[in-house]
Amino acid sequence: MISLQASDFELFGLPTAFELDRSQIDLQWKSLQREAHPDRFASEGAAAQRIAMQWSVRINEAYNRLKDPLKRAAYLCELNGAAVNAENNTNMPSAFLMQQMEWREALDDCKALKANDAKDEALEKLLDEVDGSHAQALKQIAKLIDVEHNFPAAVGQVRALMFIEKFAQEVQHQLDASS
Amino acid sequence: MALLQISEPGQAPDPHQRRIAVGIDLGTTHSLVASVRNGVAECLPDDKGQVILPSVVRYLPGQGRQIGQEAVANAAQDPENTLASVKRFMGRSLSDIAHPEKLPYKFAQPEGASAKGMLSIQTVQGDKSPVEVSAEILATLRYRAEDTFNDDLHGAVITVPAYFDDAQRQATKDAAQMAGINVLRLINEPTAAAIAYGLDNASEGIYAVFDLGGGTFDISILRLTRGVFEVMATGGDSALGGDDYDHALADAALASMGLSDMQAGLSAEDKTRLKAAARAAKEALTNSPDVSLVWTHASQSHEVKLTRVQFNEATSALTARCMSAVKKALRDAKIKAEDIQGVVMVGGSTRMPQVQEAVAVFFGKPPLNNLNPDEVVALGAAIQANQLAGNDSAGDLLLLDVIPLSLGIETMGGLVERIIPRNQTIPTAMAQDFTTYQDGQTALALHVLQGERDLVVDCRSLARFELRGIPPMAAGAARIRVTFTVDADGLLSVAAKEQISGVEAKIDVKPSYGLSDDQIAKMLQDSFTTAEVDMKARALVEARVDGDRMLLATQSALHADGQLLSAADRAQIDSLMLALRQTVDSSQDAQAVEDATQALAQATEAFAAERMNHSIQKALSGQNIQSL
Repeated sequence: MISLQASDFELFGLPTAFELDRSQIDLQWKSLQREAHPDRFASEGAAAQRIAMQWSVRINEAYNRLKDPLKRAAYLCELNGAAVNAENNTNMPSAFLMQQMEWREALDDCKALKANDAKDEALEKLLDEVDGSHAQALKQIAKLIDVEHNFPAAVGQVRALMFIEKFAQEVQHQLDASS
Repeated sequence: MALLQISEPGQAPDPHQRRIAVGIDLGTTHSLVASVRNGVAECLPDDKGQVILPSVVRYLPGQGRQIGQEAVANAAQDPENTLASVKRFMGRSLSDIAHPEKLPYKFAQPEGASAKGMLSIQTVQGDKSPVEVSAEILATLRYRAEDTFNDDLHGAVITVPAYFDDAQRQATKDAAQMAGINVLRLINEPTAAAIAYGLDNASEGIYAVFDLGGGTFDISILRLTRGVFEVMATGGDSALGGDDYDHALADAALASMGLSDMQAGLSAEDKTRLKAAARAAKEALTNSPDVSLVWTHASQSHEVKLTRVQFNEATSALTARCMSAVKKALRDAKIKAEDIQGVVMVGGSTRMPQVQEAVAVFFGKPPLNNLNPDEVVALGAAIQANQLAGNDSAGDLLLLDVIPLSLGIETMGGLVERIIPRNQTIPTAMAQDFTTYQDGQTALALHVLQGERDLVVDCRSLARFELRGIPPMAAGAARIRVTFTVDADGLLSVAAKEQISGVEAKIDVKPSYGLSDDQIAKMLQDSFTTAEVDMKARALVEARVDGDRMLLATQSALHADGQLLSAADRAQIDSLMLALRQTVDSSQDAQAVEDATQALAQATEAFAAERMNHSIQKALSGQNIQSL
């Protein structure tokens, strides 16, 4: 019997793995909410509504984690005893840190550009590069988790991915502000 | 043909009997009520055949009120006591109103409320809060529905702008409570429109709903798949609407007359007449390229020709504000304009050609105008109400809506720490851990905020509460987990718990911006609904209604899943149902009825949990069969 304490993967009836079909996750989310959403129990008693609310919240929580590759990877590491501890552990390989510094400099250079078109173009180019690294990190994570089951190593990649996503957000923010 | 069923005299009819459920569009300029009849949603007319009720209430000296068309007709004689567009004041303090001096009302801060509390308006019948005025409008629609069906109203789905914050939603729910309406759900206006549109046109895919009303603008991006309406992102401006276009055109007219300098010196009546003339001109410009606006001021008649081009220029900044909200919503949904299959236009203000054109250019396709923009929101709400009331057992409509604005907590330095980011699917609960700032700190002040900005001063303050009794510890040693829960109506409650000692505090985010229960109780006493009715009798009636509702719900549940119960559990529930039935029918004591209802609720809790488990299991196994 499934319970509120089941893992996100169990709750969604999906294999406990990193590589998942997004359309399958979406489909499961909707079929679970169809059963559990408080709207289904609107004409029933308070107890039924409270339970529906608990389940519906739990299903949304699981969906948020499963659909986002970064959160899904961090969750898999934690399920396997390798905590990500992002706040306390910022140890990163020096090559990665060097690349981060280069990106930051590139972003500063973009910000200094006066002409809007040139600025947008430079920002887009930087964003493409960041997206490339993002895709590569995801590939690495898939290999480390699904094939090698090497969770301590996967944690390192998850942290790197956090940095990459944060930086991509900053670039996107600059793009939004300039257009 | 199926045979129609008739129940035995004196017997409770089948639990699946039709319940009267309506959808209510409580709009800035006008309101409507709709219901599903014979499988079709339709707006209910008043006794004169009008479906639109102007959202205007006039308070007369003494006791009486005029509501709707009657109030509008007399507005000119009595501007101070004729309250219109109060939706713009819901959950708002005086300091939130951009130009109170432009309005003909005398505003006040209610007694005992903080400077940030909801404003009220002085009338010949005393101070009226926007909630009370809205309650008058809602009650009028409730009576209209009850007269139409000659039966009591079971409940209503009430629509709010998607971009309404927690304070505005709470105020709307309070108004419904005052009007004696059981709120089945608050739903967002663009989502309601999408339901009506999607079901009518059997649409699938990603749609945008562009909803420009009298006082608010919403944009929602939805994915429609087999009866599921999933809101991907929503955005807008809760203070941008047709009213603002009227003001801009009025300003342009004054400029053309060479009278711009006089603006500050105009009396309230001058301004009211100017705005009315501008509004008429705006409507005329929808169908003709130019119009002449006549305005009498200081017994001098001014006439000026206004062209559509002038109007477009005067309002281009407003239209640009709409479009920038659209861009932001697309970014939040992580899609591009070309991914949108169709743009559904809602709200009377979308009739303006410049708005139609801006939307067509941006999305690269003509917008969809095949719905009545005034009625579609109420119709969608009615469809949802019908299903929530359990009238449509075959209905498989599912709404997955989002919160429009991020929610967070004030931290050191006047910064906001976001706990629930905007566009999260509701219901949702999220938590974050905080700690103490000083050694030996035993209390924590929590300030709940809503908005996208980083500084507390730029966000809306929703509530303040304290967590007391934390055992003294070194700074940073306590672990205080703050949990935000947003229910299916989009309303927030907040709980804080110190993890080591277990000290707890909880708040339904209500008192500071919405009305406190005491305030509501007082207003209820003052208001028409209870003026002649003894409070005790009312309590008994309400307790009986609740008891009946509980009985019906339990009966439905047993009917559907009774086989899940053991014989002993079934016997216990049956005996409690019998006891409640007898208490409801014969007791004159509201408390006794409430107790019996509570007893049944408690006994069915485990059953409800079991049913849910069963349903979830069903969803999972259904999926497994599909994927085989």
